[in-house]
Amino acid sequence: MDIFLDQFFNLAIMQKAFPLLLKGAWMTLQLCVAVILLGLVGGLFVALGNLSPRRWVRWPTIVYTDVFRALPPLVLLIFIYSGLPFAGIKVSPFTAVVIAFLLNNSSYYAEVYRAGLISVAKGQWEAAASTGLSRTQSLIHVVLPQAVRNVLPDLLSNTVEVVKLTSLASVISLSELLYSADMARSVTYNASPLVLAALFYLVLLWPLVRLVSHFQRRLAA
Amino acid sequence: MDRFLETFFNPVVMAKYAPDVIAGMGVTLVIAAAVIVAGIALGLGLACLRAYRRKIPNFFIICYADIFRALPPLVLILILYFGFPSIGIRLSGSMVLFIVLSLTLAAFAEEIFWAGFSSVEKGQWEAGIATGLGFTRTLVYVALPQAVRLAMPPLVNRVLAITKMTALGSAIGVVEILSASTTAQSFSGSATPLTLSVIAYLAIFMPMVVFARWLENRTAWKKR
Repeated sequence: MDIFLDQFFNLAIMQKAFPLLLKGAWMTLQLCVAVILLGLVGGLFVALGNLSPRRWVRWPTIVYTDVFRALPPLVLLIFIYSGLPFAGIKVSPFTAVVIAFLLNNSSYYAEVYRAGLISVAKGQWEAAASTGLSRTQSLIHVVLPQAVRNVLPDLLSNTVEVVKLTSLASVISLSELLYSADMARSVTYNASPLVLAALFYLVLLWPLVRLVSHFQRRLAA
Repeated sequence: MDRFLETFFNPVVMAKYAPDVIAGMGVTLVIAAAVIVAGIALGLGLACLRAYRRKIPNFFIICYADIFRALPPLVLILILYFGFPSIGIRLSGSMVLFIVLSLTLAAFAEEIFWAGFSSVEKGQWEAGIATGLGFTRTLVYVALPQAVRLAMPPLVNRVLAITKMTALGSAIGVVEILSASTTAQSFSGSATPLTLSVIAYLAIFMPMVVFARWLENRTAWKKR
């Protein structure tokens, strides 16, 4: 038991690693803001493409969503980070993460938006058009708010996944939360910094996970 | 254009390293299958247990599901792989990958099945018990089939997302598709093996994505 506590909950080591992890957490937050915003915006456009009446818009975007939902995000990340330099395109770790996750997240968010947009009755479009709103105006002011409300739990749970995914950035040595913790682990030969990182993630994500469950229950009722 | 093809689709490199990547596909498939079976079985078991609505077990089930839904799997993988040996538990990379992904899938599956159970109408439970089935048999014969049907589309999506995470094994030396191809990439000095890995993943997961989409459309259609 003592060994266990010493290896996983060593307070002295945790205290020492804390500033480093805090720095890592800051990087994780920056990453989150970038990839969530880009995913939300990119996903909306992909979803609109998915639902487009024009076949040459619809099919490519459907293939896009399916391909990027089939590829593991880590594979995309490695491909961009260590594959593209072979073609003479060098990207920083941060840029590689942002590009890889934009491709991955926009497909996932697109699926959520699509479900939401479908759930809005056609009469809403027609009513909006009859008041003289253009297609774009109807979308922004009438349809989208209802669509988003209908799929809010899914949007939220997808966002939780996106935050968790940022930990993959540690694989290409971007000094976010998990990378910092693993550095501290390899210096101290002790897993406590990793446990501390896990606690950071829990503090950040547990409230969101609870919120998702809450929404889902309310929706089921 | 030639240079592009040469870099990403070099036929000589492809031929040389395709067997390694195909062997990696085998590893990915075996771990994925084991994770799916163990994760769904555990998740379903926990959801059934939760249906008995006993306070103490439910508290632990909910905590477990919350924690494993909130933690990035890679964090758990690193803790098990690098932390456990120092308390005398040495697990192979594939074992660690299997344990972490199964536990993660089980947490999500529990929530999904539980949502299914919750949406089975109260009258169904009462009707089952009124016919003398008893709680356990009502659970198994009446509620479960309905819950499973409701759970299918979100469950397939979740299974897909989690089996894709077998790629995380490359961080702890499991020779699955991704690590086979990154090794090949550094030996060959060419990006072509990475293309191979993309092709291998698409070959495995594209059918699953298409199946998930079909399943979702079908259930969405029925609701109308």
